[in-house]
Amino acid sequence: MTVDHHDDAVISRQVRRLETLLEERGVVEGATLDDAIDRFLASASPVNGARIVARAWVDDAFQQRLLTDANEAIADVGLTMAGGIQAQRLRVVANSDTVHNVIVCTLCSCYPIALLGPSPSWYKSEAYRSRVVREPRAVLAEFGLELADDVEIVVWDSSAESRYIVLPQRPPGTGDLDEEQLAALVTRNGLIGTAVV
Amino acid sequence: MTDRFAPGDRVRTTGADPAHHTRIPRYARGKTGVVVEPEGSHARADDRARAILAPPEPVYAVRFAASELWGSGDHSVVLDLWESYLEPADEQEGER
Repeated sequence: MTVDHHDDAVISRQVRRLETLLEERGVVEGATLDDAIDRFLASASPVNGARIVARAWVDDAFQQRLLTDANEAIADVGLTMAGGIQAQRLRVVANSDTVHNVIVCTLCSCYPIALLGPSPSWYKSEAYRSRVVREPRAVLAEFGLELADDVEIVVWDSSAESRYIVLPQRPPGTGDLDEEQLAALVTRNGLIGTAVV
Repeated sequence: MTDRFAPGDRVRTTGADPAHHTRIPRYARGKTGVVVEPEGSHARADDRARAILAPPEPVYAVRFAASELWGSGDHSVVLDLWESYLEPADEQEGER
């Protein structure tokens, strides 16, 4: 493979240089950027995405609103897409018996950090980004997810200002579980679409 | 601002290869897809990257058949595309 866009050392050097320039020119003060990032990441976790999914599994009206206007609906569980540099549009895409959704950002690494935490390194890799739009069935199989041939795969490439999460199907045999127990079943990969729950 | 396209409209993406930053991936250039939904209006990344002040422009989720993008495959890919990347597509060309 050629040099990856997201070679950590290269990116780190560029970020440090940019930060130094911004500080030298008085655009930001020493700890401003670190503080802003710390504040944002302190609450960013896949636990948030899991809570959204669990609520959608137990509350049909919430699920309906979530699929229509996710930014408005997630306020019900105390979450917002406005915590970063700019408010982002959130779109929740629902899996069904016939459709499986999976998320990528082929151009860079757009990701709903507030709801899923920092992205896993494979999500930023050239291999995942270039292959999942071309041969998603093969890529998902490598994640251990073998989908039936009649399940249609829809790949969502976040190329502008929207961020996506997948609403997985509720697993069978979970009728007795409460919302909190259901949330504990939801994995990060389930929210990206590289796994089912 | 009035949206130029509505859900279900068939659109063709620009085949242009600008020298500046843009947010239409190469694999989706000059391809025909179907508008899924409008996604609000946002300043174009092409302009922001060049420090050009431009008004917000509508963005659409547009769905493409894998066969249109790659010549094979049975999945679909949905991209978020600014209105100026899109033109109405003739009824007979492309997928679906």
